[in-house]
Amino acid sequence: MDIKATNYFDEMRIDDGKIRDIYQHYQHWQSNLSTGTLERKSAEAELLFRRLGITFAVYGESSGSERLIPFDIVPRIFSRTEWTRLELGIKQRVRALNAFLHDIYHEQEIIKAGVISKKQVLGNALYRPEMQGVDLPNQVYAQIAGIDLVRVAENDFYVLEDNLRTPSGVSYMLENRNTMMRLFPELFASHAVEPVEHYPQMLLDTLRESAPANVSNPTIVVMTPGSYNSAYFEHAFLASQMGVELVEGQDLFVHQQKVYMHTTDGPQQVHVIYRRVDDDFLDPLVFRPDSTLGVPGLLDAYCSGNVSLTNGVGTGVADDKSTYFYVPDMIKFYLGETPLLSNVPTWRLSEKDDLKYALANLPELVVKEVQGSGGYGMLVGPTSSKAEIETYKQRILKDPANFIAQPTLALSTCPTLVESGVAPRHVDLRPFVLSGKDIRLVAGGLTRVALSEGSLVVNSSQGGGTKDTWVLEN
Amino acid sequence: MLSRTADNLFWMARHIERAENIARVLDVAHRTSLLPRDVEETEANLWYAPLNITGCAAGYEDKHGLARASAVTHYMALDPDNPSSIYTCLKMARENARTARSAITSEMWEIINATWLELKRLSEQMDYDYEKFPDFFDWVKDRSHLFRGVTLGTIIKDIALSFIKLGTFLERADNTARLLDVKYHILLTEKENVGSSVDYYQWGSLLKSVSAFEAYRKIYRDVISPLRVAELLILRDDMPRSLHACMDEVEDALLEINGSAGKEALRSAGELHAALHFGRIENIFERGLHEYLTHFLGQTYSLSQNIRDAYLARQDRFETLPIRRAGQSQQQT
Repeated sequence: MDIKATNYFDEMRIDDGKIRDIYQHYQHWQSNLSTGTLERKSAEAELLFRRLGITFAVYGESSGSERLIPFDIVPRIFSRTEWTRLELGIKQRVRALNAFLHDIYHEQEIIKAGVISKKQVLGNALYRPEMQGVDLPNQVYAQIAGIDLVRVAENDFYVLEDNLRTPSGVSYMLENRNTMMRLFPELFASHAVEPVEHYPQMLLDTLRESAPANVSNPTIVVMTPGSYNSAYFEHAFLASQMGVELVEGQDLFVHQQKVYMHTTDGPQQVHVIYRRVDDDFLDPLVFRPDSTLGVPGLLDAYCSGNVSLTNGVGTGVADDKSTYFYVPDMIKFYLGETPLLSNVPTWRLSEKDDLKYALANLPELVVKEVQGSGGYGMLVGPTSSKAEIETYKQRILKDPANFIAQPTLALSTCPTLVESGVAPRHVDLRPFVLSGKDIRLVAGGLTRVALSEGSLVVNSSQGGGTKDTWVLEN
Repeated sequence: MLSRTADNLFWMARHIERAENIARVLDVAHRTSLLPRDVEETEANLWYAPLNITGCAAGYEDKHGLARASAVTHYMALDPDNPSSIYTCLKMARENARTARSAITSEMWEIINATWLELKRLSEQMDYDYEKFPDFFDWVKDRSHLFRGVTLGTIIKDIALSFIKLGTFLERADNTARLLDVKYHILLTEKENVGSSVDYYQWGSLLKSVSAFEAYRKIYRDVISPLRVAELLILRDDMPRSLHACMDEVEDALLEINGSAGKEALRSAGELHAALHFGRIENIFERGLHEYLTHFLGQTYSLSQNIRDAYLARQDRFETLPIRRAGQSQQQT
């Protein structure tokens, strides 16, 4: 792999400026629009989103407590052939990750085989000893996974990270599609875009399958930290799409290892909790005692098998950026298969040689905290000043094991509507993978786009936008 | 239904209804201020009425002193510091809707959200500009009507709707009773004054504030008399904002919900309703209108508390057992 910061894969145009087949039809349509149409539609889309209240909160920003995530109205397009290849790779990866979680909370074969060290697993802050020996339905820990992918060449995709805790963004995938269909019905008439709208139904099926074994008609709820959480819109959206209650910790209580919610007609038992609350806040008796978001006794009920939590407790040990390094090994170890999707080369700064290399090459590297997420606290070498790099270096030196480094990837670009017109901007992709009795995903995902020219940071918390993602039937 | 969701639906409806009622009260005060007044009736006198109806006179005086048209209007319509301004009510309604987002329809949420966004925009433009307010009051009423229409047109008829109705009609009954109470002295005018043009306008504006002026004409086809005004707004069940009509709806909603813990709420709603159903206006006047209304407000307040305890703030426990810590039972597997 040769990654040069100036040589990007353009998903719409070939080097000589010709349009790739998959974008031909779209480009033809776009070139026939009268001037200002896209801008007008874009303003319309913003109005729609604001009216629908599709907002998110940015932490550490008091004035912008409710912001719109910028929506780009140029779709990102994949062919069915490309998608099938991705889909296989994603499913393979999620299968291996769930097998890994089951293994480390049971026999720990992978440690015994010497593939991964005991310290890497048991010494990880996100490993939950409480989960040791606990059997989960379908042996699945991460029922909902978000796998972040980037593309660097025609057939070259890399997994940037696995999100196995409470991955968010799926409501944007659905609302983006909804908005596109409202704004451009004619585009959907002329393109065979595979649907994504059945995601909530698939999610509901997955949650049903995740119920404790002896429950035939489970009561399912979505659990949110509350209306001030940045992803509250999504929690409410999913609950309402599935027709289930949206609860907070204060609505639940545990009695004799069973979980109940306070309803207008008294207590009602709950069997599956799609929780969007982090492990740390789930149960003040076991985790953070100061948490008011959780339910005392919840973990006990969970470990007794009377209630299912999705995602399971303790999945963080597998999506940690230092464990990431081992995922290709997990695929070989558990599935006996060759990984279909590659990992980004990663230097673990806990290792002496890796640290030495990284410190010497910081201006070319991306450095991340092992347990960080949301694009917070990372260093993008090529776009940082000398002073910023120096400050970051001091942070690394204080605790090298808390960091990993990766080459600055040449993220592919997609046409995007910006002030100067339609121009290429860097994108990534998060498909949402559901694991119950089967592994399922819809043909699509959340494409995130870095809106400023040259920027490689796509996180919405860092001012990135989103796009509708199309898979066209062959 | 989740208790907290029911609570938010109930309050969402109450806040919207309250915003509409404040707009009505202010609208009437504005109209009245344009009419010829008795010499002794000062501007302050006139503008204390809306403050008293909504119970925010003290808060107003702390901030602005004597009641003046523009200050009272702004305080009650747009002041975010006033816990019962239209601004605060619509803000709270939106918070309630947001929290109960998964229990209401997209169309309902869009109306409430769009109303709030528009209100923020309007409030920046309006400030103390007295002239613009009549249009603003119409807008508030329109949004409230729109919300009710969208609700009835989109939500399924289950207990979510019942809690919304409960909130709407309890709030409306409360408001009509307060409105009457503040004006009760003009309904008790001496015989010889009846028919004077001043009274005509006073009663007329009272009727208009609850959209009952046309109904009065239709039903009684006669001059406006205090006894009939009171009868219309208290006892007539065909008048949508009368106490009787409101309690009809409240009782219906409680019957639909029919939860095991709601016996006391249903009983007291039934009692209130029966009194209105079989009551006679002459008896009410004999007893004293003010006393009657004070009693009614006390009863609806305790009904609200019953509803709260039975449905909206449930904290059931089976019995208090120590909860075992996770990990203690794991060896079973």
